[in-house]
Amino acid sequence: MKEFDPGEAASIISVTEKVRPVAIGMPVTSVHFLGDTAAFVGAEENVAMVSGQGEISRVSVHGGGILCAASDGSRIVMGGDDGKLVALDAKGGVTLVATDAKRRWIDNVALHPDGAVAWSAGKTAFVRSGKAEEKSFDVPSTVGGLAFAPKGLRLAVAHYNGVTLWFPNMVATAEVLEWAGSHLGVVFSPDNKFLVTAMHEPALHGWRLADNRHMRMTGYPGRVRSMSWSVGGKALATSGADAVIMWPFASKDGPMGKEPAMLAPLQARVSAVACHPKQDILAAGYSDGTILMVRLQDGAEILVRKNGTEPVSALAWNAKGTLLAFAAEDGDAGLLAL
Amino acid sequence: MPELTSSKIPVTVLTGYLGAGKTTLLNRILSENHGKKYAVIVNEFGEIGIDNDLVIGADEEVFEMNNGCICCTVRGDLVRILDGLMKRKGKFDAIIVETTGLADPAPVAQTFFVDEDVQRNARLDAVVTVADAKWLSDRLKDAPEAKNQIAFADVIVLNKTDLVSRPELAEVEARIRAINPYAKLHRTERCQVALADVLERGAFDLDRILEIEPEFLEAGDGHDHHDHDHHHDHGHNHGGLKHYHDEDMQSLSLRTSKPLDPAKFMPWLQDLVASEGQKILRSKGILAFSDDDERYVFQGVHMMLEGDHQRAWKDGEPRESRLVFIGRELPEQMIRDGFESCITT
Repeated sequence: MKEFDPGEAASIISVTEKVRPVAIGMPVTSVHFLGDTAAFVGAEENVAMVSGQGEISRVSVHGGGILCAASDGSRIVMGGDDGKLVALDAKGGVTLVATDAKRRWIDNVALHPDGAVAWSAGKTAFVRSGKAEEKSFDVPSTVGGLAFAPKGLRLAVAHYNGVTLWFPNMVATAEVLEWAGSHLGVVFSPDNKFLVTAMHEPALHGWRLADNRHMRMTGYPGRVRSMSWSVGGKALATSGADAVIMWPFASKDGPMGKEPAMLAPLQARVSAVACHPKQDILAAGYSDGTILMVRLQDGAEILVRKNGTEPVSALAWNAKGTLLAFAAEDGDAGLLAL
Repeated sequence: MPELTSSKIPVTVLTGYLGAGKTTLLNRILSENHGKKYAVIVNEFGEIGIDNDLVIGADEEVFEMNNGCICCTVRGDLVRILDGLMKRKGKFDAIIVETTGLADPAPVAQTFFVDEDVQRNARLDAVVTVADAKWLSDRLKDAPEAKNQIAFADVIVLNKTDLVSRPELAEVEARIRAINPYAKLHRTERCQVALADVLERGAFDLDRILEIEPEFLEAGDGHDHHDHDHHHDHGHNHGGLKHYHDEDMQSLSLRTSKPLDPAKFMPWLQDLVASEGQKILRSKGILAFSDDDERYVFQGVHMMLEGDHQRAWKDGEPRESRLVFIGRELPEQMIRDGFESCITT
């Protein structure tokens, strides 16, 4: 270095003193808000519910590892290696939703705004909606991810070599979107126009649903494990690189032929992303424990948590966008009120 | 580095043709009083007689990777299961993956080379193949899977030795050695093998590639057997023992006491596994490069290679390079010529 460089860390605005530390005391894999209560989902057995006042209460939900979790803001539904699917409400009430007949692992879960729940065990996807009975659908290989379309009862089931779009209430045959490789996560764009999967190799794949045009989104050094839509679905923020990769989805062509934006680059891998529900801001967690808030327009950064710990494994905003909850893999967690 | 390695959970891959005794060995491992807890990934539920909540059923899904390399396959189900098991870290000390009798061990091994998350948490310890002393010779003739499993093995448990005569035993061992002279071989009845001989072997640990000498057959009395028609004796008798040549699966060993030119050797090795990787099941080497005071070690599975400097050459230690390839229809002369061209003159 020829010139003196004061370094970015010195000039960055920090809100680390405003963070209320929370000692969860167990490894955490995700966090979800039920009202203003932050529910930290453990790697096994328990969920730690942290009230707005910072009181921690542990709720036992599974008899083993917790493999997947999804929330609609009023409940969290979790699948476990005990073959059970359970729901947790804001008051800490636990309900058994389903038990796999063969006690297989419940690998994936998805929730529909109207109350329908989908889950998978092995190659079988299940849906239970309102009054209707449980329905199931088998795909050719183990289910890698599940997502409900924002409109109608339509379930995307990701698997090896593509995604199956299943309409549980229709007799019509399921539609298959093919793309070679193993698809391990799936999301619909909020406007229902695009479907994006996270693949086993470090890449995303997308389809424009109107004409099934393919969108290859590659260049990641690592697998994408976290995806979050910015407010209004204008862009998809993703983990997997040493910067937040934001794919543009505002136009009818989505990211076709466009470069993604790269925000908040650090000397560490982005491990979790969570877009603010009301404003063009996102929170990004890194493999070295750093958490930044980033303004989407200009990439301005605010430091929420310093580096030097386990990777950030959980990150979530409450529905109003006034609280940010986070946790590192070892359960060192915090809440930030804006 | 060492602390990283030790925190990774060792994974033993248990293979073997149908009926060889995999489940017997598995039940032994689980029931023996060793104070360790194993998570077991099996293909058939219900065969294990031990109550263990960490027995997971797998579907053996072999996935191709999207990297243009056709033999680069991984076990998709294993990626998912290991990911899930890592949520229960601390509840078990090691993982055992039992494959079906017809499985090729390569996708399992390659999963550990390819998947970043798997690599972060777990390490492949060894491929252990259980073979049936009575039927293996027949299976080597009619079942390519059985041959693959022998060729791939780090440890071979030659089971049911009580069901064969001593000449028959010598015969089957010679057949095994024709394919894979490097694996540790244990003769057992009902899989009575010391667990230390099958677990915690570190066979894929670069730091433990210390010796790659063939395991010579012990002198036996099986000199009077007859060759089957599609095998032939190629005349290299070690210690007067019968030595077979397997027509389609061989091992090839190369050595030189002259230093290798790294600028020639590395591209040659990479080109070799890129072009012949489908045929090469396993490769290993300890290398002495010119102007380099450290031993370089590498190992590979098909087209995947990993290598690193291991340690400084010791005073008085002969700076010798040794390489081993095990594979199907290996282009021997081409490999020998290529290797020769990498030797400094």
